[in-house]
Amino acid sequence: MTGPEPEKNFAAPWEAQVFALVVSLQDSGLFTWGEWAERLGAAIRPAGSAERPADYGHWLATLEGILAERAVADGASVAARTEAWLRASRATPHGEPIRLENDPHYRA
Amino acid sequence: MTHAHADHDHDHGSDLSPVEARVRALESLLVEKGYVDPAALDALVEMYETRIGPHLGARVVARAWVDPAFRARLLADATPTIAELDIGGRGGEHMVAVENTPEVHNLVVCTLCSCYPWPVLGLPPVWYKAPPYRARAVIDPRGVLAEFGVSLPETTRITVWDSTAETRFMVLPMRPAGTEGFSEAALAALVTRDAMIGTGLPRAVPVLAPEMPA
Repeated sequence: MTGPEPEKNFAAPWEAQVFALVVSLQDSGLFTWGEWAERLGAAIRPAGSAERPADYGHWLATLEGILAERAVADGASVAARTEAWLRASRATPHGEPIRLENDPHYRA
Repeated sequence: MTHAHADHDHDHGSDLSPVEARVRALESLLVEKGYVDPAALDALVEMYETRIGPHLGARVVARAWVDPAFRARLLADATPTIAELDIGGRGGEHMVAVENTPEVHNLVVCTLCSCYPWPVLGLPPVWYKAPPYRARAVIDPRGVLAEFGVSLPETTRITVWDSTAETRFMVLPMRPAGTEGFSEAALAALVTRDAMIGTGLPRAVPVLAPEMPA
């Protein structure tokens, strides 16, 4: 536990993106806040190990779980798309915007 | 999970971390499938980065300190009362305000995860979401308060409120002594985020002179 010094809402841009995805999907009715809290609460209590922080890493894992379960985005598609972004990143000159199209395997 | 990654690959390309790539993967899939709108995502980030925060809750507290009828309405039914100040929305649909007195100090936690009254406080600090606070606020609230530098008289009872997705609590702290005649804006400047969670008290030393314009 730390003191009351001001903190930033998001430690990194990806945290803000995860937050916005979750809020946006809740706004559009994919899940309720009650469902979200229940799933996040379960995700930070893995069986047989200590409780985890309810941080944006666990928001991401919780969101992935819900999307797979609802057949919105299954684990294999997310994994494949993640690899595509990593290839795109490596193919993008440093300092330029990373676009999925930069993936050498990209097909529109 | 977001380890600072080693500085390999810098000569050859950009450096997206695995977690960054996963988030981009989800976002691009959800955009393609029409579940989210990139402009709406940007607007949400902008809203929570710049516009929504504890300065809004501070206005509610300051109003309650100067307007007894508002205070009574706030404690009776917080959500519509807060809405009188054009504050409300997502995460604040069912707000409850709990009042500190010399007899009772209130402390808010979410033991399940990180439920928090976004419209009045913005997004929760890291410690609010961490296991030590979630667990110890209930078991040892006085010890937690001591870590935050708050020591209360032995005679003050501590009541702990567990926020949920449905009901989210905010603390109405006691108005500091010596603030008679302060404007609402000057009073609001004394109200910290932690004072509205219950892990802090309002600033005792005025940061604004009472005659400062609102």
